[in-house]
Amino acid sequence: MTPELLTDIAIFVLALLVGFEVISKVPATLHTPLMSAANSIHGIVLAGAMLIAVTANNALGYILAFVAAAFAAMNVVGGYVVTERMLKMFRKARTPVPAGKPPAQVTGNGQAAASQSTGSKA
Amino acid sequence: MSAFDWITQLLYVAAATCFVLGLHLMNSPATARRGNQVSMAGMVLAIGTTFALVIHAGTVTATGWTVMIAGVLIGSGAGLYLARTVEMTAMPQLVSLFNAVGGGAAALIAINDYVKLAGSGVTESVTIFTILDVLIGAVTFSGSIIAAGKLQGLINSAPVTFPGSRIANTAAAVVGIGGGIYMIATPSVPTLIIIILAALAFGVTMVMPIGGADMPVVISLLNAFTGTAVAMAGFVINNWALIIAGALVGASGSILTKLMADAMNRSLANIMIGGFGTGDTGPAIEGPGGDVRSIQADDAAIQLAYAQKIIIVPGYGLAAAQAQHQVAELAALLEERGAEVSYAIHPVAGRMPGHMNVLLAEANVPYPQLKEMDEINPEFARADVALVIGANDVTNPAARRPGTAISGMPILDVDQAKSIIVIKRSMGHGYAGIDNELYVNPKTSMFFADAKSALTELTAAVKTLVG
Repeated sequence: MTPELLTDIAIFVLALLVGFEVISKVPATLHTPLMSAANSIHGIVLAGAMLIAVTANNALGYILAFVAAAFAAMNVVGGYVVTERMLKMFRKARTPVPAGKPPAQVTGNGQAAASQSTGSKA
Repeated sequence: MSAFDWITQLLYVAAATCFVLGLHLMNSPATARRGNQVSMAGMVLAIGTTFALVIHAGTVTATGWTVMIAGVLIGSGAGLYLARTVEMTAMPQLVSLFNAVGGGAAALIAINDYVKLAGSGVTESVTIFTILDVLIGAVTFSGSIIAAGKLQGLINSAPVTFPGSRIANTAAAVVGIGGGIYMIATPSVPTLIIIILAALAFGVTMVMPIGGADMPVVISLLNAFTGTAVAMAGFVINNWALIIAGALVGASGSILTKLMADAMNRSLANIMIGGFGTGDTGPAIEGPGGDVRSIQADDAAIQLAYAQKIIIVPGYGLAAAQAQHQVAELAALLEERGAEVSYAIHPVAGRMPGHMNVLLAEANVPYPQLKEMDEINPEFARADVALVIGANDVTNPAARRPGTAISGMPILDVDQAKSIIVIKRSMGHGYAGIDNELYVNPKTSMFFADAKSALTELTAAVKTLVG
């Protein structure tokens, strides 16, 4: 066992612990975006895929470099874009409905709308 | 270490920091988007650094550049297209697919490294991590593709078993692990190929017998596997960025797996051995012992229109009927009337962890209204109406008693509400295949209809009622 390997193992274990600590604080509401974000982070595998090309000099090497790069790029680009798309939808308040209605202010408005339209009693 | 090495390694550390900070910012919906952007910045940094490394190495042939760039462009294009066009209901399939390609890429990295070094002698530690990476990566690849196929409906989502499927699964595991042990002693490329094939077969035979409603657990588990595979690839090529990122994802996947299994009160082993069935559409049977009160849209609308506090309980049936926009519209109308509306989300509502929240967020439901189980349960007693849409087992009070198929499973305390309306197509069973005692509760009214048309009718009825 080389000292280098020992360092790698220590980093791995510490990163796992940091992961447990940070992720256990994520609320259930965000679990889907969390998984998708984690998905994007393992897109770092693209770095490894690119490094294949450094030594590739035969058909097998080229095929592996191509497939790994395509897989990893799909993972990383798709992951971040879809996470962003999801998180954009999480809003604190309902966005105003564009149709002619004024932004609803509970009861008063409901009454006004009622008298304008059919006039049936609430 | 040269100055260049120092700089690139420090940039990798910076990238890893961004990943951790990004995940940390996901602890609240208000900061989550910034978190994703921080994480993205880290990724750009890491990939940019790697690009510099590749150029600096100066050994990449013209063909090498071509295949690498072509691969990146094609992969990015496919990822971008899928991410932009995917329906939110199809999110579990997409996440599964990304798990597959991530795990697959990790396995390929180790395969490449091993094949290259095989002639000149590999160290034992490289062999061990190659075997781990290839085993986990290949299992993730084939398993995730099967999971995505099941979720997309391309493969029967019911547990698929054939005579000897358990034996085939065990045999694949034995060959994979046995081959790995042999390979540590005697490095050989053919053995590596056998291990890859065995791991691929194991992934398929592992996921095939698992039913649709257990998918939240399976996806989480495969997510943890992908992370671990990426970390193992990091060990093989001695790259810290991969080790740290992989470990973070491994931790995230493990936590989610445990949360999902706990929410179903089942052990991971029990789920992997095979579910009860898919249960999306149980056979329509006559009501269980006790009277079932059936109502129409008008009666339900009256109850809702005069309620002060309404809790909506959405389940997979709501998503399956694509009715999340209809429920949001009804809720908005009731809120305009001055009612307090919130949503009770069970952890396993949907097909992946947190899935229901995304579907409702897409339908323009503000996130403060989305309540987790522990937060909402004490509130049911104060609710005038609990509106259950397409949720079954997670509302069954039988879970509180011992001796039923769902005993001990955490449930939403819907039966505590002052009155209950259940929208459901029939008296069919849920995943667990047992009668839901909630339906014969005297406070409960059953509105038998498809979720989407029922909600449209309800909204129309409330509108006519209040003008």
